[in-house]
Amino acid sequence: MKKGNTVFFKNKPCIESFSAVCGSKEKEGIIGQYADIALDDDMYGESTYEKAECKMLTTAILQCIEKRGMTEKDVDVLISGDLLNQIISASFAARDYDIPFLGVYSACSTMSESIMLGAMLVNAGYVKRAVAATGSHFASAERQYRYPLELGCTRPPQSQWTVTGAGSCMIGKSGKIKIVSATMGKVCDFGVTDVNNMGAAMAPAAADSIMQHLKDTGTQSDDYDMILTGDLGALGSRIVKDLCWEKGFDISKVHVDCGEIIYKVVENEFQGGSGAGCSATVLNSYVLTKMQAGLYKRILFAATGALLSTVSSGQGESIPCISHVVEMEL
Amino acid sequence: MGQEILIIALAYLKAFAVGGGICLIAQLIINFTDLTAGKILVYFMLAGVVLTAIGLYQPLVDFAGAGATVPISGFGYLLANGAMRGAEKGLFYAVTGALSAASAGVTAAVVFAFIMSLIFKSRTKRS
Repeated sequence: MKKGNTVFFKNKPCIESFSAVCGSKEKEGIIGQYADIALDDDMYGESTYEKAECKMLTTAILQCIEKRGMTEKDVDVLISGDLLNQIISASFAARDYDIPFLGVYSACSTMSESIMLGAMLVNAGYVKRAVAATGSHFASAERQYRYPLELGCTRPPQSQWTVTGAGSCMIGKSGKIKIVSATMGKVCDFGVTDVNNMGAAMAPAAADSIMQHLKDTGTQSDDYDMILTGDLGALGSRIVKDLCWEKGFDISKVHVDCGEIIYKVVENEFQGGSGAGCSATVLNSYVLTKMQAGLYKRILFAATGALLSTVSSGQGESIPCISHVVEMEL
Repeated sequence: MGQEILIIALAYLKAFAVGGGICLIAQLIINFTDLTAGKILVYFMLAGVVLTAIGLYQPLVDFAGAGATVPISGFGYLLANGAMRGAEKGLFYAVTGALSAASAGVTAAVVFAFIMSLIFKSRTKRS
Protein backbone atom coordinates (compact mmCIF):
# COMPACT_ATOMS: atom_id res chain seq x y z
CA MET A 1 0.00 0.00 0.00
CA LYS A 2 1.25 3.44 -0.84
CA LYS A 3 0.14 6.82 0.41
CA GLY A 4 1.93 9.94 -0.75
CA ASN A 5 5.55 8.86 -1.06
CA THR A 6 5.32 6.35 1.76
CA VAL A 7 5.12 2.61 1.29
CA PHE A 8 3.40 0.62 4.06
CA PHE A 9 4.55 -2.95 4.60
CA LYS A 10 1.55 -5.00 5.63
CA ASN A 11 3.51 -8.26 5.90
CA LYS A 12 5.86 -6.57 8.38
CA PRO A 13 9.37 -7.48 7.23
CA CYS A 14 11.80 -7.68 10.17
CA ILE A 15 15.41 -7.01 10.97
CA GLU A 16 16.63 -10.55 11.63
CA SER A 17 20.23 -9.75 12.32
CA PHE A 18 22.65 -6.84 12.15
CA SER A 19 26.37 -6.29 12.32
CA ALA A 20 28.87 -3.43 12.30
CA VAL A 21 32.62 -3.10 11.83
CA CYS A 22 34.27 0.17 12.86
CA GLY A 23 37.71 1.76 12.68
CA SER A 24 40.05 2.75 15.46
CA LYS A 25 38.84 6.33 15.82
CA GLU A 26 35.19 5.23 15.96
CA LYS A 27 36.09 2.61 18.56
CA GLU A 28 36.67 5.36 21.12
CA GLY A 29 33.17 6.73 20.65
CA ILE A 30 29.67 5.57 21.42
CA ILE A 31 29.64 2.64 18.97
CA GLY A 32 32.96 1.14 20.12
CA GLN A 33 31.47 -1.35 22.56
CA TYR A 34 28.44 -2.18 20.40
CA ALA A 35 30.21 -2.90 17.12
CA ASP A 36 30.97 -6.56 16.44
CA ILE A 37 34.49 -5.80 15.34
CA ALA A 38 36.37 -2.64 16.30
CA LEU A 39 39.64 -2.33 14.42
CA ASP A 40 42.90 -1.04 15.86
CA ASP A 41 44.47 -0.73 12.44
CA ASP A 42 42.28 0.98 9.87
CA MET A 43 44.23 -0.64 7.02
CA TYR A 44 42.71 -3.94 8.26
CA GLY A 45 45.87 -5.74 7.14
CA GLU A 46 45.40 -4.69 3.51
CA SER A 47 47.75 -2.74 1.25
CA THR A 48 45.33 0.02 0.20
CA TYR A 49 42.48 1.92 1.84
CA GLU A 50 40.08 0.80 -0.86
CA LYS A 51 40.88 -2.84 -0.12
CA ALA A 52 40.44 -2.16 3.59
CA GLU A 53 37.02 -0.61 2.96
CA CYS A 54 35.99 -3.61 0.87
CA LYS A 55 37.20 -6.03 3.54
CA MET A 56 35.24 -4.21 6.25
CA LEU A 57 32.10 -4.48 4.14
CA THR A 58 32.76 -8.17 3.41
CA THR A 59 33.27 -8.83 7.13
CA ALA A 60 30.12 -6.95 8.14
CA ILE A 61 28.04 -8.98 5.67
CA LEU A 62 29.55 -12.27 6.85
CA GLN A 63 29.08 -11.39 10.54
CA CYS A 64 25.47 -10.47 9.90
CA ILE A 65 24.74 -13.85 8.26
CA GLU A 66 26.71 -15.89 10.81
CA LYS A 67 25.16 -14.15 13.82
CA ARG A 68 21.81 -15.45 12.61
CA GLY A 69 23.33 -18.92 12.41
CA MET A 70 22.93 -19.08 8.65
CA THR A 71 25.07 -19.42 5.56
CA GLU A 72 25.11 -17.42 2.35
CA LYS A 73 22.76 -19.98 0.76
CA ASP A 74 19.97 -18.76 3.03
CA VAL A 75 20.21 -15.22 1.68
CA ASP A 76 18.35 -14.49 -1.54
CA VAL A 77 19.73 -11.09 -2.40
CA LEU A 78 22.47 -8.70 -1.31
CA ILE A 79 21.70 -5.00 -1.70
CA SER A 80 24.73 -2.83 -1.21
CA GLY A 81 26.56 0.30 -2.27
CA ASP A 82 29.33 2.63 -1.15
CA LEU A 83 30.93 5.97 -1.91
CA LEU A 84 33.72 5.03 -4.30
CA ASN A 85 33.59 5.33 -8.09
CA GLN A 86 31.52 2.54 -9.68
CA ILE A 87 30.70 1.34 -6.12
CA ILE A 88 33.74 -0.93 -6.19
CA SER A 89 33.72 -1.78 -2.47
CA ALA A 90 30.22 -3.21 -2.67
CA SER A 91 30.74 -5.03 -5.98
CA PHE A 92 34.11 -6.43 -4.92
CA ALA A 93 32.67 -7.54 -1.58
CA ALA A 94 29.83 -9.27 -3.45
CA ARG A 95 32.22 -11.33 -5.57
CA ASP A 96 33.17 -13.25 -2.43
CA TYR A 97 29.60 -14.44 -1.95
CA ASP A 98 27.35 -16.78 -3.84
CA ILE A 99 24.44 -14.37 -3.46
CA PRO A 100 22.67 -12.35 -6.21
CA PHE A 101 23.79 -8.74 -5.93
CA LEU A 102 21.92 -5.49 -6.47
CA GLY A 103 24.25 -2.49 -6.43
CA VAL A 104 22.70 0.77 -5.28
CA TYR A 105 24.11 4.25 -4.98
CA SER A 106 22.55 6.88 -2.81
CA ALA A 107 25.71 8.37 -1.27
CA CYS A 108 25.45 8.44 2.52
CA SER A 109 21.77 7.43 2.50
CA THR A 110 22.63 4.07 0.93
CA MET A 111 21.82 2.29 4.22
CA SER A 112 18.23 3.50 4.38
CA GLU A 113 17.71 2.99 0.64
CA SER A 114 18.98 -0.59 0.75
CA ILE A 115 16.92 -1.42 3.86
CA MET A 116 13.87 0.05 2.14
CA LEU A 117 14.44 -1.95 -1.06
CA GLY A 118 15.11 -5.11 0.95
CA ALA A 119 11.91 -4.60 2.93
CA MET A 120 9.94 -4.08 -0.30
CA LEU A 121 11.27 -7.32 -1.79
CA VAL A 122 10.61 -9.32 1.39
CA ASN A 123 7.18 -7.78 1.93
CA ALA A 124 6.15 -8.60 -1.64
CA GLY A 125 7.35 -12.17 -1.14
CA TYR A 126 9.87 -12.12 -3.98
CA VAL A 127 12.69 -13.03 -1.62
CA LYS A 128 12.80 -14.69 1.78
CA ARG A 129 15.83 -12.86 3.09
CA ALA A 130 17.78 -9.84 1.92
CA VAL A 131 20.99 -8.40 3.30
CA ALA A 132 21.47 -4.62 3.12
CA ALA A 133 24.98 -3.32 3.65
CA THR A 134 27.18 -0.30 3.14
CA GLY A 135 30.42 1.18 4.40
CA SER A 136 32.97 3.94 3.99
CA HIS A 137 36.58 4.68 4.85
CA PHE A 138 38.03 8.04 5.83
CA ALA A 139 41.12 7.81 3.66
CA SER A 140 39.43 6.48 0.51
CA ALA A 141 36.62 9.05 0.81
CA GLU A 142 39.15 11.87 1.15
CA ARG A 143 40.76 10.72 -2.07
CA GLN A 144 37.41 10.26 -3.80
CA TYR A 145 35.79 13.55 -2.82
CA ARG A 146 38.57 15.90 -1.72
CA TYR A 147 42.34 15.42 -1.97
CA PRO A 148 44.58 12.41 -1.34
CA LEU A 149 45.89 12.24 2.23
CA GLU A 150 49.44 12.73 0.95
CA LEU A 151 48.65 16.32 0.02
CA GLY A 152 48.17 17.13 3.70
CA CYS A 153 45.42 19.70 3.21
CA THR A 154 44.09 21.79 6.06
CA ARG A 155 40.47 20.99 6.92
CA PRO A 156 38.01 23.88 7.17
CA PRO A 157 35.97 24.16 10.42
CA GLN A 158 32.66 23.32 8.74
CA SER A 159 34.00 20.01 7.42
CA GLN A 160 33.05 16.57 8.68
CA TRP A 161 35.08 13.43 9.25
CA THR A 162 34.21 10.44 7.06
CA VAL A 163 33.53 7.42 9.24
CA THR A 164 35.69 4.34 8.80
CA GLY A 165 33.28 1.48 9.18
CA ALA A 166 30.70 -0.77 7.60
CA GLY A 167 27.31 -2.00 8.69
CA SER A 168 24.88 -4.57 7.43
CA CYS A 169 21.52 -5.96 8.41
CA MET A 170 19.43 -8.90 7.33
CA ILE A 171 15.80 -8.33 6.43
CA GLY A 172 13.55 -11.35 6.73
CA LYS A 173 10.20 -12.48 8.04
CA SER A 174 10.90 -13.23 11.69
CA GLY A 175 12.47 -10.93 14.22
CA LYS A 176 11.77 -8.52 17.00
CA ILE A 177 12.29 -5.28 15.11
CA LYS A 178 9.71 -4.74 12.39
CA ILE A 179 9.98 -2.45 9.40
CA VAL A 180 6.59 -0.78 9.23
CA SER A 181 6.88 1.73 6.44
CA ALA A 182 9.36 3.62 4.32
CA THR A 183 9.27 6.99 2.59
CA MET A 184 11.05 7.32 -0.72
CA GLY A 185 13.01 10.56 -0.75
CA LYS A 186 13.00 13.24 -3.40
CA VAL A 187 16.15 14.95 -4.60
CA CYS A 188 16.32 18.43 -3.04
CA ASP A 189 18.72 21.16 -4.08
CA PHE A 190 18.81 24.43 -2.21
CA GLY A 191 21.79 25.74 -4.14
CA VAL A 192 24.53 25.07 -1.60
CA THR A 193 27.84 24.87 -3.48
CA ASP A 194 30.26 24.57 -0.53
CA VAL A 195 31.57 21.00 -0.75
CA ASN A 196 32.93 21.29 2.78
CA ASN A 197 29.50 22.06 4.16
CA MET A 198 27.49 18.92 3.39
CA GLY A 199 25.37 19.27 6.53
CA ALA A 200 23.78 22.48 5.30
CA ALA A 201 23.21 20.97 1.84
CA MET A 202 21.60 17.77 3.16
CA ALA A 203 19.41 19.27 5.89
CA PRO A 204 16.59 20.39 3.52
CA ALA A 205 16.40 16.87 2.03
CA ALA A 206 16.18 15.33 5.51
CA ALA A 207 13.52 17.83 6.60
CA ASP A 208 11.52 17.22 3.41
CA SER A 209 11.51 13.42 3.78
CA ILE A 210 10.81 13.45 7.53
CA MET A 211 7.88 15.86 7.12
CA GLN A 212 6.58 13.86 4.16
CA HIS A 213 6.68 10.72 6.30
CA LEU A 214 4.86 12.37 9.21
CA LYS A 215 2.20 13.69 6.81
CA ASP A 216 1.73 10.37 4.98
CA THR A 217 1.51 8.30 8.15
CA GLY A 218 -0.51 10.88 10.06
CA THR A 219 1.84 10.69 13.02
CA GLN A 220 3.44 13.32 15.23
CA SER A 221 7.16 13.53 15.94
CA ASP A 222 6.39 12.74 19.60
CA ASP A 223 5.06 9.33 18.54
CA TYR A 224 8.66 8.27 17.91
CA ASP A 225 11.33 7.55 20.47
CA MET A 226 13.96 8.75 18.09
CA ILE A 227 14.23 10.41 14.69
CA LEU A 228 17.68 9.41 13.54
CA THR A 229 19.28 11.35 10.70
CA GLY A 230 22.43 10.14 8.99
CA ASP A 231 25.33 12.54 8.89
CA LEU A 232 24.13 16.12 9.07
CA GLY A 233 26.68 17.02 11.73
CA ALA A 234 26.27 19.70 14.38
CA LEU A 235 25.39 22.53 11.97
CA GLY A 236 23.12 20.45 9.74
CA SER A 237 21.21 19.15 12.79
CA ARG A 238 20.39 22.69 13.85
CA ILE A 239 19.22 23.51 10.33
CA VAL A 240 16.96 20.43 10.02
CA LYS A 241 15.29 21.24 13.36
CA ASP A 242 14.72 24.84 12.27
CA LEU A 243 13.36 23.82 8.86
CA CYS A 244 10.87 21.39 10.42
CA TRP A 245 9.90 23.88 13.10
CA GLU A 246 9.15 26.51 10.45
CA LYS A 247 6.65 24.13 8.83
CA GLY A 248 5.03 23.33 12.15
CA PHE A 249 6.80 20.06 12.98
CA ASP A 250 8.78 20.19 16.20
CA ILE A 251 11.31 17.35 16.03
CA SER A 252 13.86 18.91 18.39
CA LYS A 253 12.99 16.63 21.34
CA VAL A 254 13.47 13.35 19.49
CA HIS A 255 16.00 14.23 16.81
CA VAL A 256 19.41 12.56 17.00
CA ASP A 257 22.10 12.73 14.34
CA CYS A 258 24.48 9.81 13.84
CA GLY A 259 27.29 12.13 12.74
CA GLU A 260 26.88 14.26 15.83
CA ILE A 261 27.04 11.41 18.33
CA ILE A 262 29.55 9.04 16.74
CA TYR A 263 32.74 10.70 17.99
CA LYS A 264 33.62 11.36 21.58
CA VAL A 265 35.38 14.66 21.11
CA VAL A 266 33.48 16.75 18.63
CA GLU A 267 35.94 19.67 18.60
CA ASN A 268 38.65 17.76 16.76
CA GLU A 269 36.28 16.37 14.16
CA PHE A 270 34.68 19.80 13.68
CA GLN A 271 31.07 19.04 12.70
CA GLY A 272 31.11 15.32 13.48
CA GLY A 273 31.10 12.21 11.33
CA SER A 274 29.86 11.67 7.79
CA GLY A 275 29.91 9.06 5.06
CA ALA A 276 27.85 6.01 4.23
CA GLY A 277 29.50 4.16 7.11
CA CYS A 278 28.33 6.76 9.62
CA SER A 279 24.63 5.93 9.68
CA ALA A 280 25.36 2.28 8.84
CA THR A 281 27.58 1.69 11.87
CA VAL A 282 25.52 3.71 14.36
CA LEU A 283 22.25 2.04 13.29
CA ASN A 284 23.65 -1.48 13.13
CA SER A 285 25.44 -1.32 16.46
CA TYR A 286 24.17 1.06 19.10
CA VAL A 287 20.63 1.85 17.88
CA LEU A 288 19.44 -1.64 16.93
CA THR A 289 21.07 -3.17 20.03
CA LYS A 290 19.22 -0.70 22.25
CA MET A 291 16.05 -1.28 20.28
CA GLN A 292 16.29 -5.02 20.75
CA ALA A 293 16.76 -4.42 24.46
CA GLY A 294 13.52 -2.44 24.41
CA LEU A 295 14.96 0.99 25.11
CA TYR A 296 13.55 2.43 21.89
CA LYS A 297 10.20 1.15 20.69
CA ARG A 298 9.62 3.15 17.54
CA ILE A 299 12.22 4.99 15.49
CA LEU A 300 12.52 6.82 12.21
CA PHE A 301 15.79 6.25 10.37
CA ALA A 302 16.42 9.01 7.84
CA ALA A 303 19.93 8.68 6.41
CA THR A 304 20.90 11.59 4.19
CA GLY A 305 23.05 11.61 1.09
CA ALA A 306 24.79 14.32 -0.92
CA LEU A 307 24.65 13.31 -4.57
CA LEU A 308 27.62 15.26 -5.86
CA SER A 309 30.75 14.20 -7.68
CA THR A 310 34.13 15.89 -7.94
CA VAL A 311 33.34 16.65 -11.58
CA SER A 312 30.01 18.34 -10.80
CA SER A 313 31.43 20.44 -7.98
CA GLY A 314 34.47 21.28 -10.10
CA GLN A 315 32.10 22.64 -12.75
CA GLY A 316 30.44 24.83 -10.14
CA GLU A 317 27.23 22.80 -9.77
CA SER A 318 25.33 22.95 -6.51
CA ILE A 319 24.86 19.84 -4.35
CA PRO A 320 21.61 17.86 -4.83
CA CYS A 321 20.73 15.78 -1.77
CA ILE A 322 18.38 12.97 -0.85
CA SER A 323 17.02 11.29 2.23
CA HIS A 324 15.11 8.02 2.49
CA VAL A 325 13.13 7.31 5.64
CA VAL A 326 12.57 3.90 7.19
CA GLU A 327 10.25 3.42 10.15
CA MET A 328 10.99 0.59 12.56
CA GLU A 329 9.13 -0.55 15.64
CA LEU A 330 9.12 -3.37 18.14
CA MET B 1 79.36 39.72 17.82
CA GLY B 2 76.24 40.88 19.68
CA GLN B 3 75.32 43.02 16.67
CA GLU B 4 75.47 40.00 14.35
CA ILE B 5 73.19 37.91 16.53
CA LEU B 6 70.73 40.78 16.60
CA ILE B 7 70.71 41.00 12.78
CA ILE B 8 70.16 37.26 12.43
CA ALA B 9 67.40 37.33 15.04
CA LEU B 10 65.76 40.24 13.24
CA ALA B 11 65.91 38.37 9.90
CA TYR B 12 64.20 35.37 11.52
CA LEU B 13 61.57 37.62 13.01
CA LYS B 14 60.87 39.30 9.67
CA ALA B 15 60.64 35.96 7.86
CA PHE B 16 58.31 34.62 10.54
CA ALA B 17 56.08 37.70 10.46
CA VAL B 18 55.73 37.88 6.67
CA GLY B 19 55.49 34.10 6.10
CA GLY B 20 53.05 33.83 8.97
CA GLY B 21 51.06 36.76 7.62
CA ILE B 22 50.67 35.08 4.22
CA CYS B 23 49.52 31.87 5.91
CA LEU B 24 47.13 33.86 8.10
CA ILE B 25 45.42 35.24 4.98
CA ALA B 26 45.08 31.66 3.66
CA GLN B 27 43.65 30.45 6.98
CA LEU B 28 41.08 33.26 6.95
CA ILE B 29 40.09 32.27 3.41
CA ILE B 30 39.71 28.61 4.52
CA ASN B 31 37.57 29.62 7.51
CA PHE B 32 35.32 32.25 5.97
CA THR B 33 34.87 31.32 2.30
CA ASP B 34 33.89 28.11 0.52
CA LEU B 35 37.03 27.99 -1.64
CA THR B 36 38.63 24.53 -1.74
CA ALA B 37 42.27 23.92 -0.88
CA GLY B 38 43.24 23.42 -4.54
CA LYS B 39 41.76 26.74 -5.62
CA ILE B 40 43.41 28.62 -2.75
CA LEU B 41 46.76 27.14 -3.79
CA VAL B 42 46.38 28.27 -7.40
CA TYR B 43 45.09 31.74 -6.47
CA PHE B 44 48.06 32.30 -4.14
CA MET B 45 50.49 31.33 -6.87
CA LEU B 46 48.77 33.64 -9.37
CA ALA B 47 48.80 36.40 -6.76
CA GLY B 48 52.57 35.92 -6.50
CA VAL B 49 52.90 36.28 -10.29
CA VAL B 50 50.74 39.40 -10.45
CA LEU B 51 52.36 41.08 -7.43
CA THR B 52 55.81 40.42 -8.90
CA ALA B 53 54.77 41.78 -12.30
CA ILE B 54 53.59 45.05 -10.79
CA GLY B 55 56.70 45.24 -8.63
CA LEU B 56 55.18 44.69 -5.20
CA TYR B 57 56.56 41.26 -4.34
CA GLN B 58 60.27 42.03 -4.82
CA PRO B 59 60.38 44.51 -1.88
CA LEU B 60 58.65 41.86 0.25
CA VAL B 61 61.34 39.29 -0.68
CA ASP B 62 64.10 41.82 0.01
CA PHE B 63 62.57 42.50 3.40
CA ALA B 64 61.62 39.01 4.59
CA GLY B 65 63.71 36.58 2.50
CA ALA B 66 62.44 33.01 2.94
CA GLY B 67 59.33 34.36 4.66
CA ALA B 68 58.14 35.51 1.23
CA THR B 69 59.75 32.90 -1.06
CA VAL B 70 58.79 29.69 0.78
CA PRO B 71 54.96 30.06 0.66
CA ILE B 72 53.36 29.12 -2.68
CA SER B 73 53.16 32.81 -3.65
CA GLY B 74 56.98 32.67 -3.72
CA PHE B 75 56.69 30.10 -6.54
CA GLY B 76 54.67 32.62 -8.51
CA TYR B 77 57.36 35.19 -7.78
CA LEU B 78 59.98 32.79 -9.12
CA LEU B 79 58.02 32.18 -12.35
CA ALA B 80 57.35 35.87 -13.00
CA ASN B 81 60.91 36.85 -12.14
CA GLY B 82 62.33 34.21 -14.50
CA ALA B 83 60.07 35.38 -17.32
CA MET B 84 60.96 39.02 -16.75
CA ARG B 85 64.68 38.30 -16.69
CA GLY B 86 64.38 36.18 -19.83
CA ALA B 87 62.48 38.95 -21.57
CA GLU B 88 65.57 41.13 -21.34
CA LYS B 89 67.31 38.68 -23.71
CA GLY B 90 64.39 38.27 -26.09
CA LEU B 91 60.85 36.99 -26.55
CA PHE B 92 61.95 33.35 -26.72
CA TYR B 93 63.65 33.56 -23.34
CA ALA B 94 60.62 35.28 -21.86
CA VAL B 95 58.72 32.06 -22.58
CA THR B 96 61.41 29.66 -21.34
CA GLY B 97 62.63 31.85 -18.48
CA ALA B 98 59.76 31.10 -16.11
CA LEU B 99 60.19 27.34 -16.11
CA SER B 100 64.00 27.53 -16.20
CA ALA B 101 63.93 29.57 -13.00
CA ALA B 102 61.57 27.11 -11.35
CA SER B 103 63.26 23.96 -12.67
CA ALA B 104 65.54 23.38 -9.65
CA GLY B 105 62.62 23.65 -7.21
CA VAL B 106 60.30 21.44 -9.24
CA THR B 107 62.97 18.78 -9.84
CA ALA B 108 63.91 18.77 -6.15
CA ALA B 109 60.23 18.40 -5.22
CA VAL B 110 59.78 15.42 -7.55
CA VAL B 111 63.01 13.69 -6.47
CA PHE B 112 62.43 14.17 -2.74
CA ALA B 113 58.79 13.13 -3.05
CA PHE B 114 59.95 9.94 -4.75
CA ILE B 115 62.53 9.21 -2.04
CA MET B 116 60.01 9.89 0.73
CA SER B 117 57.45 7.63 -0.95
CA LEU B 118 60.01 4.82 -0.85
CA ILE B 119 60.76 5.31 2.85
CA PHE B 120 57.35 6.17 4.29
CA LYS B 121 53.79 5.00 3.80
CA SER B 122 50.75 7.25 4.10
CA ARG B 123 48.25 6.52 6.83
CA THR B 124 45.15 8.08 8.30
CA LYS B 125 45.82 11.05 10.52
CA ARG B 126 44.33 11.15 13.98
CA SER B 127 42.50 14.44 13.57
